[in-house]
Amino acid sequence: MKNLISNINKAFDHRVRLGIMSILMVNEYADFTTLKELLGVTDGNIASHIKALEKKDYVKVEKSFIDRKPNTRYSATKKGREDFQKHINAIESLLKQQITKS
Amino acid sequence: MEHEKYIRDLSEIKQMMNRSSRFISLSGLAGVFAGCYAIAGAIITGRLLANQGAVQGAVQVIQIDRDLLVQLFFIAIAVLVLAIGTAVFLTTRKARKNDLNIWDSTSKRLLINFFAPLTAGGLFCLVLLQYKLVGLIAPAMLIFYGLSHINASKYTYGDLKSLGYANLVLGLIATQFLSFGIYFWAAGFGLFHIIYGIWMYKKYDRKIA
Repeated sequence: MKNLISNINKAFDHRVRLGIMSILMVNEYADFTTLKELLGVTDGNIASHIKALEKKDYVKVEKSFIDRKPNTRYSATKKGREDFQKHINAIESLLKQQITKS
Repeated sequence: MEHEKYIRDLSEIKQMMNRSSRFISLSGLAGVFAGCYAIAGAIITGRLLANQGAVQGAVQVIQIDRDLLVQLFFIAIAVLVLAIGTAVFLTTRKARKNDLNIWDSTSKRLLINFFAPLTAGGLFCLVLLQYKLVGLIAPAMLIFYGLSHINASKYTYGDLKSLGYANLVLGLIATQFLSFGIYFWAAGFGLFHIIYGIWMYKKYDRKIA
């Protein structure tokens, strides 16, 4: 049980961060606008959450130019994928335990 | 409750994974063009059949000679190439406009799931031709085309499903009116495409542009 709780990752414990990671799990990469449109939050809000994930080394940022317009795209790192998967597994087994208990 | 929060988290994760993995650059306008090509193709085909002395309305019993067959085949290929070419062009343009990649996991999955049933249908239609069951070709094309759309709709706009069911039902109805195959074909591949394309264009493309 203790083990399970330690796998619940505080870095993912927010709706927006959870959303960003979910999108990056199933997509090779996503750009800022895509993330913003999918999650429906403001620029500043999303930027701060991405920064937090970047600091944890969960998200990789690539800046480039497309048709001379700056374009920033994000992808999940290997570590990010692994830890997110652990996080999901931990939530699932926690829920399973609670169901069997009650 | 912690419990409820985690359930919410899981459903959020699932929803985001779903939404972000569908291919959303499909152009509605391409549907309109495909419909126009199809109608043009159907008109030319109808003319050719009429020229050959085949009475319209009795398409399924005519003796199709080799020359006519080749001509019809080329018309079909031309319609297909034009429709796919336009779709690729417009979809690429739309993807670029939205800074999305045209060749990614969502588009690959979409193409595989669309073309698998469609290829089977195409081969089946050739078999129908082999056994001279010409009258069944138009209904079979509609049915398989409908199934392809239903299958592909999971990987792009869900609206594609309605076009799929419409074509499927139309194809089944067409099996009971074999002599009007070309009209059903024109309705399904022409009219439905145009209606659907306009609907999609209004719903998705214009908002983004």
